[in-house]
Amino acid sequence: MTTKAANPYGFSRPHLLGIEGLSPPEIVDLLDRAEENIELGRQPSKKRDSLLGRTQINLFFENSTRTQSSFELAGKRLGADVMNMAVGQSSVKKGETLIDTAVTLNAMNPDVIVVRHNASGAVALLAQKVDCSVVNAGDGSHEHPTQALLDALTIRRHKQRIDGLIVAICGDVAHSRVARSNVLLLTALGARVRLVGPSTLVPGAFREMGLETFTSMREGLKDADIVMMLRLQRERMQGSFVPSVREYFHYWGLDEEKLSYARPDALVMHPGPMNRGVEIDPAVADGPQSLIREQVEMGVAIRMAVLDAVVNARGNGGEAFR
Amino acid sequence: MSRMVQTRPLWLTNARVVDPSQDLDGLGAVLMIDGRIAAAGPSAVNNGAPEGAEIVDCRGLVVAPGLVDLCAHVGEPGHEHRETFASAGRAAAAGGITTLVAMPDTDPCIDDPALVDFVATRARRTSVVRVRVMAALTKGQEGNELTEFGLLGEAGAVGFTSGRGAIANAQVLRRALTYAKDFGALVCNRPEDAALKGSAVMNLSETAVRLGLQGIPAEAETTMLARDLRLARLAGGRYHASLLSAAESPELMAWAKDKGIAATASVSAAHLTLNEMDIGAYRTFFKLSPPLRAEADRLALVDAVKTGAIDVIVSNHDPQDVETKRLPFAEAADGAIGLETFLAAGLRLLHDGSLTLPRLIEAMSTRPAEIAGLDAGTLKKDAPADVIVFDPEEPWVLNAKDILSKAKNTPYDGARFTGRVRRTYVSGVPVFVR
Repeated sequence: MTTKAANPYGFSRPHLLGIEGLSPPEIVDLLDRAEENIELGRQPSKKRDSLLGRTQINLFFENSTRTQSSFELAGKRLGADVMNMAVGQSSVKKGETLIDTAVTLNAMNPDVIVVRHNASGAVALLAQKVDCSVVNAGDGSHEHPTQALLDALTIRRHKQRIDGLIVAICGDVAHSRVARSNVLLLTALGARVRLVGPSTLVPGAFREMGLETFTSMREGLKDADIVMMLRLQRERMQGSFVPSVREYFHYWGLDEEKLSYARPDALVMHPGPMNRGVEIDPAVADGPQSLIREQVEMGVAIRMAVLDAVVNARGNGGEAFR
Repeated sequence: MSRMVQTRPLWLTNARVVDPSQDLDGLGAVLMIDGRIAAAGPSAVNNGAPEGAEIVDCRGLVVAPGLVDLCAHVGEPGHEHRETFASAGRAAAAGGITTLVAMPDTDPCIDDPALVDFVATRARRTSVVRVRVMAALTKGQEGNELTEFGLLGEAGAVGFTSGRGAIANAQVLRRALTYAKDFGALVCNRPEDAALKGSAVMNLSETAVRLGLQGIPAEAETTMLARDLRLARLAGGRYHASLLSAAESPELMAWAKDKGIAATASVSAAHLTLNEMDIGAYRTFFKLSPPLRAEADRLALVDAVKTGAIDVIVSNHDPQDVETKRLPFAEAADGAIGLETFLAAGLRLLHDGSLTLPRLIEAMSTRPAEIAGLDAGTLKKDAPADVIVFDPEEPWVLNAKDILSKAKNTPYDGARFTGRVRRTYVSGVPVFVR
């Protein structure tokens, strides 16, 4: 199986650094390409050969089990040779800079590097220093584009559209790269995005981006089609942003009562890993309206589409290398 | 004492009725039925007393809403030897106060919803006046981690305070004001920079030099107040500056109000009626925090209450015992009691021509009730019948041995006052009669 026939408006960039700047047709193109991978992933034999012989390096400066495995599996299903750089054991610990690491890896002639870093903008910086494709697997609190794409794919498969949906993104928006990428993607495709959470976690500056913000779950979830919960990091719970887990759960944890403010057919999403009893009630997380497990499956399909697209855009002499 | 219930209608007539909440100031009556105000002002005269009503002739007396004290240290739980809700309640009733807001610096400090509930229950059982609770702004009053504004508010806390000290960390105060906005909660800070204060014990002035005591500059207050007001503007929450003492502070408050910042401020009755000269020969009952400052500061504070730059007057009742006060000045504890002399001290500002009676009642009752979101401070129909009757002209001298508070550390021992509380009603029931 090869990539689809060239779509003149489709995605043909050598990197995926963020959702910002992507056109709606480019986004839709990636979602369409991922659809093909879903079926493939459900077959006994899940292999394609579009990246056969290519080298993929997963360079994760932040620990991640889920995203890293998802990218690893995606690369392997496309036939690529995948190497995981466990940065914790690498020379980064010995004081090597991000740029040094990039230059060193570049000398090994990889075709694509998948990068996660705790500093916003670090992935874009690294992309300037290498000759291969770069995929952003999360940079600081800036962007996590493949998460937004997999979320959009999941939504589209259930609601058959994104345009016109009301999506409530709830919780620690301030520190969330998932929220930023989702805001950009969903609004580009015509959804109405609301941000819901305490003002310490939903800064007023988001209103200047034209988004609606709410402090009350009752108001923020009213008529919502999608309720997207965000993970609350441990260090935010202990009095600096919210006073306690019990208060956070009481006012902003998604339980059945708060979910009832949304549309009856509303769907619940969470990028994982979840804190049950902090931002989400187990009854909702594992309930009939939850898409949380399906999001994981969509993640592999989306990452296959992205890896395939960026490597082949470069290989096929696509858009000028940036 | 479980709250008694008003059984007969009560008609206070021939009174000067003052109620700033509805611009009332004139001859009239107040009718209370079933613990609530049925009518107040001239209209309450016209219909007369209902059948079976108790009638009290208040000729020459003022009838006003009961006073609301936003800042009183009680000591229960943990310091019952200084003051209990029972003794504080009796003193408050004698001072014209019908609702007092207890500070959270108890042992344990009030930073948990269960403790708010405990205090409310305990106070309801033992105090003759209403007691509400201000919860701690940070856990353990340590200035680092926010308390549960939502759950504490649901439990009955009327606001959140830094207590005796300030929130030094600007980021903590910023987050507090941001988070408070979501609940409409009130954030009170005591603006006083601990580093600038150092180990100083009174106002920085010639008097301090003469006494050989270390002085606290006004800037310990004004630098932090200026910071706080800007944080309130940034975060958008409701900010309250507790216990201002310096002449320049009202200018900062006026600036903030002019900018539309949600900021209010309080001053203690002691700071409006006393100054650093009263310390005399190291009299520790005049050792307060913030310190009593110069006469020019006092005059500026009085003027600020007049203009509204400072919103409310509080008692800052702070019971201390012999152990903590009979010490060399620098080693003695800060604080003075103030419940029992609350109205009388305030009336000094009426008699010296500084304030009108409506403004005084507004600053001691209507406005504090508004700021704390209390159903009090008004004689509007159906409001709780919390009412005081006082003679504004009665001369009297305070004798410390007559004080109802457990602690006797009043700065007014032997002081002459003009104006005295005659009756205090809570829910239409007399809790103090003289």
